[in-house]
Amino acid sequence: MSLAELICPAGTPAALRTAVDAGADAVYCGFQDATNARNFPGLNFTPDELAASVAYAHARGTKVLLALNTYPPAGKVDLWRQAADTGARLGVDAFIVADMGVADYIARTHPDVRLHLSVQAAASSPEAIRYYCEEFGVKRVVLPRILTIPEIRQIRKEIPCEIETFIFGNHGLMVEGRCSLTNYLTGQSTNMDGVCSPASDVTYERCADGAMASRLAGFTIDRFGPEENAGYPTICKGRYTAPHRDEAFYAFEEPVSLNLSRLLPELIEAGVHAFKIEGRQRSKSYVRGVVSAFRKAVDDIRAGREADIADLVALTEGQKQTQGAFQTKKWR
Amino acid sequence: MTPKLTLGPIAYHWSAEERRDFYARIADEAAIDEVYLGEVICSKRAPFHEADLPATIERLERAGKTVVLSTLAEVMLKRERKATGDLADMDHPEIEINNAAGLYARGTRPHRIGPFMNGYNEATIAWMAGKGATHVCLPTELPGEAIAVAAKAARALGLGVEVQVFGRASLAVSARCYHARAHGRTKDNCQFVCENDADGMPLRTSDDRPILRINGIQTQSESYVSLLPECTALTAGGVTHLRLMPQAVDMVQVAAVFRGVLDGALGLAGAEARLQELCDGIGFSNGFFHGQAGYRRITAASPA
Repeated sequence: MSLAELICPAGTPAALRTAVDAGADAVYCGFQDATNARNFPGLNFTPDELAASVAYAHARGTKVLLALNTYPPAGKVDLWRQAADTGARLGVDAFIVADMGVADYIARTHPDVRLHLSVQAAASSPEAIRYYCEEFGVKRVVLPRILTIPEIRQIRKEIPCEIETFIFGNHGLMVEGRCSLTNYLTGQSTNMDGVCSPASDVTYERCADGAMASRLAGFTIDRFGPEENAGYPTICKGRYTAPHRDEAFYAFEEPVSLNLSRLLPELIEAGVHAFKIEGRQRSKSYVRGVVSAFRKAVDDIRAGREADIADLVALTEGQKQTQGAFQTKKWR
Repeated sequence: MTPKLTLGPIAYHWSAEERRDFYARIADEAAIDEVYLGEVICSKRAPFHEADLPATIERLERAGKTVVLSTLAEVMLKRERKATGDLADMDHPEIEINNAAGLYARGTRPHRIGPFMNGYNEATIAWMAGKGATHVCLPTELPGEAIAVAAKAARALGLGVEVQVFGRASLAVSARCYHARAHGRTKDNCQFVCENDADGMPLRTSDDRPILRINGIQTQSESYVSLLPECTALTAGGVTHLRLMPQAVDMVQVAAVFRGVLDGALGLAGAEARLQELCDGIGFSNGFFHGQAGYRRITAASPA
């Protein structure tokens, strides 16, 4: 059986301590700049904060993974290299990378630190994964959220590294690392700046007919009736019209979140080594609730006990949830 | 060095007959130097036009064009892995790789790097060059400043450098087919409904503003990227190849406009007016190049 490590989000030093205390096997975090894909105001770590956080986590047996998972635009590569040097100096347990130039630099300069392949690298076949393993010594791949469990089981047999999958949180619709939707509307890039539907570009406006419009950079991403809660304007969760559909519809996906708690035993059996909980932008209480619930479930499953899945399902109560591509390819 | 004009792979599900006619005209009439062929977006479409590929290659090569075969952007299923591996085995024509699965299969044999391969910077391009890359098409969202740095580094390594200067930008790919979804179907039972939208399926916001285009699993920009005014600066900065993406407009005439500007035979104002005439009702954008929102159109006289 796989180790079934729990990989938990740490958007701030306080969230990191919360996740460690709640039973995370590893936490992942980033610096306060474009070198990671959650470059949001008020989030992430200074080098000093990371140093203290690594000490806190290591004292409790928890690993710290540093996300360097964006793509440096030409001319700015040094920022990513410096981040890697700092991370190595502070003793992080692994780097999560996507860019080949960044991976090559770390493999040459810090060969003793593990490399994990970010979901941002979009490696969705055994060949693509083997490329990164053989060229850069990648030890673990974070799989894109587009594969079914039978497909994951098959990939597991054909690759020489560990597999990490997302199990809970935001459900990205597009292949990560290949999405410029935010840059098209806002001028800030997900790949180069680590930004997705930035809050600074979000506005809500009450329309004459009573509806609430949520906008990103002036584009109406969705409109909500008086009885609906106005959601955050994420481009791939908006409602649009098409020539044959006058009524605006969720052209990509409804605003659902991913919850694979029911599939946990199957994923462990398929050979998944680590489970990633999304949400570096979430509050401490969210992190505490989600991490402890999954901790208990994973421990139960590892000990051969029936896991209390109901607790996990309840975490997204009142919110729509999906098992996405994992359960059936009909999702595609 | 005279900059080369290239024609990117057809992103849409045009019928075999449309493709034959299209490439026959490109071979006979278009001021295009290099043509990329092959299905990049959806592996389900490939069987419809694969059989014509050898004849199309021959036709274009006889007309003096360099032909390059492009691999799929997304590789997940068995048939996609096989298609990628088969292309990687070929000695002729050249291939352009759009997925790391292709890099794995190709090893260090010469190949081009496609726009889906995320060659964003000089370090990555140097890595790729060390593994046999001879040419790199930069990501569409890369701003001009970064293009200049990347182009200089790539040229120093002897690589060709390509930038898309015309056509809708690819903004995202997904495992899910949004054409099928919009018609209440799934990818497996799509019945090729994407064939009805030769220039993509337009999405509008609920207050009726055009925003995006759907092309199967791909999401594209509503506007056509046009870097006509920036062409001269691009080539002066080391970009060797300028890519036109096939849209449902007269691509022979579009190529003539770009060629005219590159050769100094056409003034910019006249060329821009002509391009707008050819792309009636279509908005142009160059925001990515200027480091701004991609949909924007920045003019030298009045920055937005």
